[in-house]
This record gives sequence, C-alpha cells and structure tokens, in this order.
Amino acid sequence: MSSSIGRQLEAVEPERYEFAEKPLYDFGFARREFLKSMGGGIAVFLLVRKTAAFQESGAGRGFRGEELPREMGAWLQIAENGAVTVYTGKVEMGQNIRTSLTQAVAEELNSPLASISLVMGDTSLVPFDMGTFGSRTTPTMNLELRRVASVARETLVDMAAKTWGVDPGWLVASDGAVRDRKSGRVLEYGRLAQGQSLAKAVIESDPLTPATEWRVAGKPVPKVDGRDFVTGKHKYTPDLELPGLLHGKVLRPPSFGAELASVDIRQARAMPEITVIHDGDFVGVAAPSAEAADRALGAIHAQWKETPQPSSRQIFEYLKSHAEGSDDGRESSAHTAGSVNQGLAAAANRLAATYTVAYIAHAPLEPRAAVAEWKDGKLTVHTGTQRPFAVRDDLAQAFHISADQVRVLVPDTGSAYGGKHTGEAALEAARLARAAGAPVKRVWTREEELTWAYFRPAGVIEIKSGLRADGTISAWEFHNYNSGESGIGTPYNIANQRIQFHPCDSPLRQGSYRGLAATANQFARESHMDELARVAKLDPLEFRRRNLTDARLRVVFDAAAEKFGWGQVKPAPGHGFGIGGGVEKGGYVATCAEVSVDRASGAVRVVRLVTAFECGAVVNPDGLRNQIAGANVMGLGGALFEAIEFENGKILTNRFSRYRVPRFSDAPAVEVVIVDRKDLPSAGAGETPIMAVAPAIGNAVFDASGVRLRSLPMAPGGLKA
Amino acid sequence: MASSFKLRINGTEYSVQAEPDASLLSVLRDRLGLTGSKYGCGEGQCGACTVLIDGKPRRSCLTPATSAGSSQVLTIEGLEKSGHLHPLQQAFLDEGAFQCAYCTSGMIMAGVAFLKDHPDPTDEQIARGMNGNMCRCGVYPRIIEAIRRAARSMKESQG
Repeated sequence: MSSSIGRQLEAVEPERYEFAEKPLYDFGFARREFLKSMGGGIAVFLLVRKTAAFQESGAGRGFRGEELPREMGAWLQIAENGAVTVYTGKVEMGQNIRTSLTQAVAEELNSPLASISLVMGDTSLVPFDMGTFGSRTTPTMNLELRRVASVARETLVDMAAKTWGVDPGWLVASDGAVRDRKSGRVLEYGRLAQGQSLAKAVIESDPLTPATEWRVAGKPVPKVDGRDFVTGKHKYTPDLELPGLLHGKVLRPPSFGAELASVDIRQARAMPEITVIHDGDFVGVAAPSAEAADRALGAIHAQWKETPQPSSRQIFEYLKSHAEGSDDGRESSAHTAGSVNQGLAAAANRLAATYTVAYIAHAPLEPRAAVAEWKDGKLTVHTGTQRPFAVRDDLAQAFHISADQVRVLVPDTGSAYGGKHTGEAALEAARLARAAGAPVKRVWTREEELTWAYFRPAGVIEIKSGLRADGTISAWEFHNYNSGESGIGTPYNIANQRIQFHPCDSPLRQGSYRGLAATANQFARESHMDELARVAKLDPLEFRRRNLTDARLRVVFDAAAEKFGWGQVKPAPGHGFGIGGGVEKGGYVATCAEVSVDRASGAVRVVRLVTAFECGAVVNPDGLRNQIAGANVMGLGGALFEAIEFENGKILTNRFSRYRVPRFSDAPAVEVVIVDRKDLPSAGAGETPIMAVAPAIGNAVFDASGVRLRSLPMAPGGLKA
Repeated sequence: MASSFKLRINGTEYSVQAEPDASLLSVLRDRLGLTGSKYGCGEGQCGACTVLIDGKPRRSCLTPATSAGSSQVLTIEGLEKSGHLHPLQQAFLDEGAFQCAYCTSGMIMAGVAFLKDHPDPTDEQIARGMNGNMCRCGVYPRIIEAIRRAARSMKESQG
C-alpha cells in the first residue's frame, strides 16, 4: 500500500519545476498545414486524446480531472517513390530517439529502416507537441508512431487486395512491399502510393505487435545517421549558414538582479557594418563577424545599478528562511499516512539528518544557439530547444505576431539534459535580425551558458526516521526545501509518513534537469537508508529487502548486487562498497558503487559502477546501455564535485576551468544490467538511470572511510580528514 | 581591418580574409564553412575544436588563424579519404561511441593524434592522453573502446 504512495503523490502534484506550460492545442493550424503539406501518396495521422498530466508529470493520469479534445498526433506519409516520412514534435538531442522511433515505425510498417526518415521539431510541419522532456518519448510517441505505422500497413494491404481483387487475408506486408502468398505477386509501397492522395485518420487504438514478436524494435540498431556525426557533416544550430548572415552578441549585466541605469551606444553605432539595439533592458549588436560583434560590444558603455545578492556559502540558510508558507500551509504538497509521532514513539532507534544539494549546471557542450531570419513579416528560427512549440509561442508573443507567422526548427542538438526548455537565444537572434534586416546567428559563449542559463535547483532535505528492533522502519518524515518533488516519496513499506515539499525563493534562475529533483530526493533517502542499516546492524541490501515489497524494484536491486558481487567479495583496503536505488518515471534503477579513498591525500575515486535498470520492454538495447552508462558518468559529476559557486550576484564558476565536469580520468568502469520486461509497456530511460549514482557513491565512501557525506557535491576538494 | 593570408587545410590552399584577432576556429567555421570543428568553451578546456596542425592536436579556438599560415591543417572534414572513413571514425560508429555527438569531431581528431604516438595503448594511457577532451554525455568508456578498436584495426591493416 504505502509503496505506491510516493508515486500517487507525484500524480497529484505535477512537477513544479517544469516551466509554465503553454496552451495545449492548436489543431486548426496543424491540420491546415498538414493538408497543405500533403502532396501525392498516402498519409496516416493519429487523433489522440491528450491530458496535461500525461505529458507533464509523467504519471499517465488525469491532471485536475481535465480532459482535452482529441487532436492531431504524429503522422507519416508514404510518397510515390516509396520514401516514408514521419512527422513528430519530439526532438533529438543525444538520447537517440531518432533511431528508436525509426525502429518503431519500421517494426509496424514492415519497411526497411533506410526507407524511413523523421522530420522532428519543425513547428510548421509536425503536430503540436509539448516538448521533449520527462522521459515521455518512448511511452507516448513510440506508441503513437507504431499505431500510425500499423494502420498504414493495413491500408497498403487493403489497397493491394483491391488492386488484385483478392482477399487481404492472403497478403502479407514485408520489406516495404505487399506480397500475395498465393501467386507470389509483389507491389512495393511506393507503387501503391502512386496516383494516390489519401489521408487516413487513426482514432481507436489498433492492436500492435507485442514486444515478444518484435523483429526491428528491441534490437541494437546503430544510430541511423551516425556517419554524419563522425565526419563532421551534421549541422547543429551553430553550424548553419545563410547568405548575409550576421553574428549577434548581447550585453550582459555584471551581476544577477542588476538593472541598466544608463547606456551609451554611440561609439558602437558609429562603427561600420554594425547594428546596435537598445530596447528596454536588451542591448545587443549584430556584425558581419563574431570578432567585429565582440569589438562593438566592447565599445558600449553601460552603467548598472546592482543590488546585494545572496552567496553560495549561505544558500542553504537562505533557502530555509525563504520557504513559502509554514509546514501546514500547503496541503496539496504534503503527504501523510499514519502518525509519524506515534511511529517515532514506537521506535527502538530514532535518526535525524539533513542533506543538501548545490545548484549545478547542465553545461551541454553545444551552448544555446539560434539562427533567426525575417522574411515578409514571417520569422524562421533554427534553435536547439526541447520545446519548439513553446519557443514559437514565446517568439510570437515577444514580437506581437501570430504563432502561424513563426516557424521554429530544431536541428538534432548537442545535448540538453533538461537545460534547453527555453528559447533565450532564439529571442535574442530574432530581435537582432529584425533590427539588422538580415539573418542573425546567436551562439552563447560558455561563460554565458554557465552564468545566464538556468540551473538545477539547490535544496535542503531533512529526514527524521524511526527504526524498530526487527530492522523495519516505523516512521519517515521527509522535508524538501526548494529542490523539487520528483521522486520525493519512498518505495519502502512505512506505515507512518509525512512527506512535504517546501517551495522557496531561489536567488538563482532554476529549472529542469535530467531526473529533476529525483536525484536529490533519492540521494537523501538512500543515504538515510544506509545510515539506518548501520544502526540496525544489517547489510544495506538486506535492510532494504526487509522494508521493500515492490517486486520490480527488488529485481533491480538484486540484479545490480549479483553483477557487482555484493556480499560475495570484500572491498580491498581503502575501498568501499555502496548501494542505492529507486523508482521514477516508470523506470526502476539500482546502482552499486566501489570507491577508493586515500586518507592521506583525501582523494576519492569511483572505481566501478554497476547499474541495473528496468523500463519495461526495451526498444533499443544498445541505445539504452549508452544512456544508462552515460547517465552514470554524468551523475558522478554532481555526486562528487559539480557545484555552481556564486557571490553577491556573480557566478564564480563561469568557465570550464572553474566548473569541473567528469572527464576520462574520472570515468569508472561502468557495467550495465538491463532487465528487459517484454510483458510490460516501455518507459523512458534518459533520466532515471542517473538517480542512484550519488547515494551509491556516498554510501561506498562511508564504507571505505567511516565518513558520512550528506552534501552534494560530496568531495569537491577531496575528503576532508 | 581584415588582413589577407593563406591557409593549407585538408590539402587545399585557401586565401582567407579575416581580422588579425580571428581564431583558426572562427576562420574554419565562419569563413570557410568547415563547421565540423566545434566551439565548446573558447578556453581550450573541452577539446571540441581540436584540429591537427602539422600532425599535432591543437585547440583551434585558441590558435590565431594567422599563425597557421605555413602549416598543414587537418580537420574532421579531411579525415575521410575517397569515401573511406579513418579507422577511428569507423570505430566510433562500430562502438556507438557518442550520444549527442557534439564532441565527436574533436574527440576523433585528438584520438587520431593520440594513436600516432600510442599505436597499442592501455586504457590508462587513453584516459591520460584524451583527458583534455570533454564528453558531457559521459560516453568515455565507449570512446576508450573505440580507440582500442581503431588501434587494433590499424595494426592489422599495417600487417
């Protein structure tokens, strides 16, 4: 009973740190464009029922009971030459969905992978989509595309049956063609599409090929356009070129909260071929080269009015003293079961501990970038964003034009990790392009990226717990200040719980990050579980088993432990083992870590990570392994050394030489165990595998050294003696 | 303001007009359309802009374009020879050693230079030699495998 409470909690309260959502549907536009784009051939599109919560909280259930009208979902088109084009609002940023979605279509359409291409994130061509976040692509878009492809296949079979005048039961679709089993006749899809102009809507959910019978999905298909990436041919947004393209730069304040008091742009404006704009607080330049733009920016003289700002040294006190409301102020975010006080009173041992997490940066290697062009009052912007439709609407609003005057296109992007929900570079490039009367490219510098992007929220987590003599948990009180409520619940069986999220006034701009707050909440919870296991004098895995009935979570704990050799081998001197795990966004994860601690130098090194993951039926095991291993390496950075440091409004960690991210020398051996449940629907996998890394490492450090680390990052300067 | 100079890139001689303070990276990308080399940090920390100058790995973001005038510059675009990928490019494909792949060009160029000096590298040598190249997606273990695979295939082809 209580093991499901945490997940119910999330369904009730959507993740508040996803950015404010935009209007959900604009099918009038989508349908019009769809019909316009429909040339010859056969098109199949999906009418889907969407609810806000389905996309937003990842919980797959109603949001405030609202049901929205059916609207256009994904579609695909089979051209007269047999080429299959699939249109989806999802975007590719390294999570490899261009490949996994292509597999999904190939599976149901029975068409070769090479015949299928995806148009992704082009707001003029694809159906509306809220955005690519929350690990929703695989559980939603993958199904939509399979459904559409399945109906397309059936349509083609019916057309062939009519052409030949035979019963469709005799026909099979395979390898891009319909075949007559009786006569051996073959009609390629392209031939069937010739002279057609057929649009077919799919409303009901058609039967799909079960995962146990997959032939293309479920296989380790390589990245579909991999060759473009190893040859440098792929064009990311910063690589795009247009005739007459100018380079844009923006004047930045010296600190957060600073207001522009006065600005003198005369000298910059007098420079040849330079466009300078001063529009409210926005001051920017456009120039024929990046160097000329930098020089022009340097010639702008601005006075700023700065105000005192908090510093990272006091951030945790600041957040707690700037929490919204009191403990009983927000019933919607408090979850209670039983009585924590009674549970504590009944406990043989009680424990209380505070955990903290720092702000960290996404630091995608491709910085925020955009190329904007105005033509006849219409705006076209290429930009690397996770939410192309939201950026389109932001642009329309900012320039007081209608959304159908704006087209946003998202080239496959150099990563995001939740950091590219917004369209700052798009707005800046568009503003500069309008002023210059020429297309403008805007590429954020690394310093801008590490200063003016939003961060993963910092937070304080306080836990009180009670332990019975038999090693079961009698009480669990959990308060999260600011970092967020994803993964805030506990999967363990605890009758007496109080779990509450306290929103705070964050001094830094904060937002989504891979896994959202689940990383912080699981770090606190799984570290605390380790502390309780020590009090109970139980092996940390055995202690979890004693308090856990969730079968899927038990399976990944056991799978990780078995691969790791948990309980079979003893750590070498100076080494320690740790374990952690949890459930989030439909994925079940457990990680075992081995670390070495050099007590003389304080150096902490992660030697080995073993992560077991279960996300239902696996669509692409190779892509999944890559995501899991990558998330483990990325998670190691936030666990050990990543932190945004700031002082009085200035970000001090504003360069890669000051903001440390994991490198080759930090990378441990990473072993991945995939639990493939072909009997269960596929869940997303881009986020959850990051979550158990930090607690597993922290618990291993304790095992090695007896030092309990309760703050992320745990050892930015090594382990203090 | 702009000065005129010549660059030899991927075996081709280019006449370039650029500001004297222009980096090699900005000339490659903005003047010559060779956008395979990436901007990642502008301070030589991430390696996304790595090119080979007379066979040595160099950060093109910190290299003044004018300083490369008498040298041979090799970028990712020049690595493929008459339709044949370099063994390291092929190894990246075979190992799936990328996610977003924004670091891949620089990774491969740094790896090509590394393999010249380390034809039979250990994992530790790879980690040390490649440590200046950053992969934010965390694909390091696969990149190490790709470099080892390329080393084997280069050895075999030299027979």
